[in-house]
Amino acid sequence: MTAGAKSSVQISGSIRKRLLLQLLGTAAILASVLIVAVLGFVRDVAEESHDRILSASATSILDSVTVTAGSLSVDIPYAALSMLGNISDDRVFYSVTSGGTLLTGYEDLPDVSPPLSADGQQGQPAFPTVFQTLDYKGDSVRMATASRRLSLNGIPKVIAVNVAQTRDGQALILTRLTRSSMALGAGFFLLASLLSVWSAQSTIRPLATLTQAISRRGPKDLRPVARPVPSEMAPLVTSLNTFIERLSASLSRSEDFIAEAAHRVRTPLATVRTQAEITLRRVEREDNRTSLREMIRAIDESSRAAGQLLDHAMVTFRIDSLEQAEFDLSNLAEELVERLRPMAELRDISLVFDGHPPCLMRGDPILIQNAVRNILDNAIKYSPSDRQVWVSVTTEAGTECVSVHDQAGGFGDTDTRSLTERFVRGDNVQGTVGSGLGLTIAREVVEAHGGEIRIINTDTGDGACVTLCFPSL
Amino acid sequence: MRFLLVEDNTSLANAILDRLRLDAHVVDHAPDIESAEAFFATTDYDLILLDIMLPDGDGRSFLKSHRERQDETPVIVLTARSEVSDRVGVLDLGADDYITKPFDFSELEARCRAVLRRRGGGSSNEKRFGNLRFDPMAGTLVVGDRSVTLRNKELRLLEVFLGAPGRIFSKGKLVDRLFSYEEDVSENAIEVYVGRLRKHLIGSGVEITTVRGMGYRISQT
Repeated sequence: MTAGAKSSVQISGSIRKRLLLQLLGTAAILASVLIVAVLGFVRDVAEESHDRILSASATSILDSVTVTAGSLSVDIPYAALSMLGNISDDRVFYSVTSGGTLLTGYEDLPDVSPPLSADGQQGQPAFPTVFQTLDYKGDSVRMATASRRLSLNGIPKVIAVNVAQTRDGQALILTRLTRSSMALGAGFFLLASLLSVWSAQSTIRPLATLTQAISRRGPKDLRPVARPVPSEMAPLVTSLNTFIERLSASLSRSEDFIAEAAHRVRTPLATVRTQAEITLRRVEREDNRTSLREMIRAIDESSRAAGQLLDHAMVTFRIDSLEQAEFDLSNLAEELVERLRPMAELRDISLVFDGHPPCLMRGDPILIQNAVRNILDNAIKYSPSDRQVWVSVTTEAGTECVSVHDQAGGFGDTDTRSLTERFVRGDNVQGTVGSGLGLTIAREVVEAHGGEIRIINTDTGDGACVTLCFPSL
Repeated sequence: MRFLLVEDNTSLANAILDRLRLDAHVVDHAPDIESAEAFFATTDYDLILLDIMLPDGDGRSFLKSHRERQDETPVIVLTARSEVSDRVGVLDLGADDYITKPFDFSELEARCRAVLRRRGGGSSNEKRFGNLRFDPMAGTLVVGDRSVTLRNKELRLLEVFLGAPGRIFSKGKLVDRLFSYEEDVSENAIEVYVGRLRKHLIGSGVEITTVRGMGYRISQT
């Protein structure tokens, strides 16, 4: 994929990021719920156990209230208050009341002893223990009130025991527990985040694998995607495969079209040319012969121009999707020289090849062959009979170069740089058929491969040397 | 020379036929493999021009069976595609050369000549005139016990002369036969080749004489 193609894609967020954010959000909510739940639970547990101790303390004091000789006596057991001290250093307050009258303890401790007939159940000696939270002496305290009925000299009385304790210790414990549950929540969140990242990665992995498999393909690789994909990606891959199929059909149609067009143009031209030649052999009048010769030349020119235009179309087409094959430039050039030798021999021109394999390079061999053939065709076409054309392949400073050196008279005073422009021809070609596309084709092929083309008139002045250089492998 | 052209595209076949006949070759045209086999069974050919895509099969199978029968007749394959694999394929199957359609006739002519020359021609095509023996396919000229390989233009010039001994050829006509129309060649260029050919003909009892104001002709002394 080229940088241009990448920048033309409109990005709307990232699936991985979105997925990750969603998973992390869920994890954060779950972690907070966890913290709140744990905190509520431990608070309840702590309060409940505190209440039990307060209740036990109050009950044990209540149990120690006895009626001795018609009067109430309270002997507060040591354990009743010491069990409270076990919890922390919180201060403990108590009061024992009888029918709302303080018997012993802190007199300003509120008395919540129930009325005698509170639940209307006569004969039930004990009332349920009552708990409450209240402010006492500037501190928040928790107080348990245990009470029961007692018959004093035949008169029923309600004896209530209030035991209160400040809640500093509980607050401390709660702070500690809060810290632990925060840590627990954070741990949960961390673990969930790691799992989210992993899950997001593994969800996106088939997409990444597919992308890699497609982008690693060569430009000519138009096989459908065959690797297995998750069912959610199947519609995408199916569409992609349909697209690839259409593309390759269209590409092969273009190639066929180029070949077919060349055929359609040149075959009738060949017929006309032959007919003109036949007529030329028959006629004797010089002016008729001259016109026939002109005709044949024009036909040759059309045929060659059609060939080169289509060559040029083919080259442009192939450059668009440049193949990257490894091959030996020397072998390619030698094969080409052997291929063109019969044409050279027909004109009594000798082709001399000098190659030094290995000259390895990377590119599209069909394009390079086309470029070198155009140069060599020119050399053969413009050389007078009984001359030589030298083709040599050398390796110089990291480049593989193929040079075609002829004795065709050189390019004269034409600016050698302008020769590679389309339809520009050298000064020396008056009277020779040509379209001026040969060097253009060569230059385009060379540039597509990151190489360079050098055109010089030889020192001896009788010819030119065209060199095509390509980067070595 | 006798050619067998196996090609189903009528307009292309006609163009090739006309062109080859123009150079006084005998050409049989087979539009499919079946008629190609029929022609081949009854006649000896000097060269076969074979298309690949034929209505009743693949030209390559014809080529393969042809080579399996130990037949040595040279074959030039006419391929429509410029694919490299196609070319290698036909050469492996025993084709002597291939030419990619569409082609120029000068290329076809060049390839035919190159193949025939490589195969060394045959006595059946040898022309005798006076004391000389001339094999246009191999491009050799034998005078007595002296043998020379002619260069292409000399060879074609001699071919033209021996095609009609005694006839006068004007310089203009010879230029048309020897040079492609792409080149601007003065008629005097012919003198160079006539001069070279005269040297080769020394002692053969054959000479090229100048007919003033008209041209040249070949004759026995």
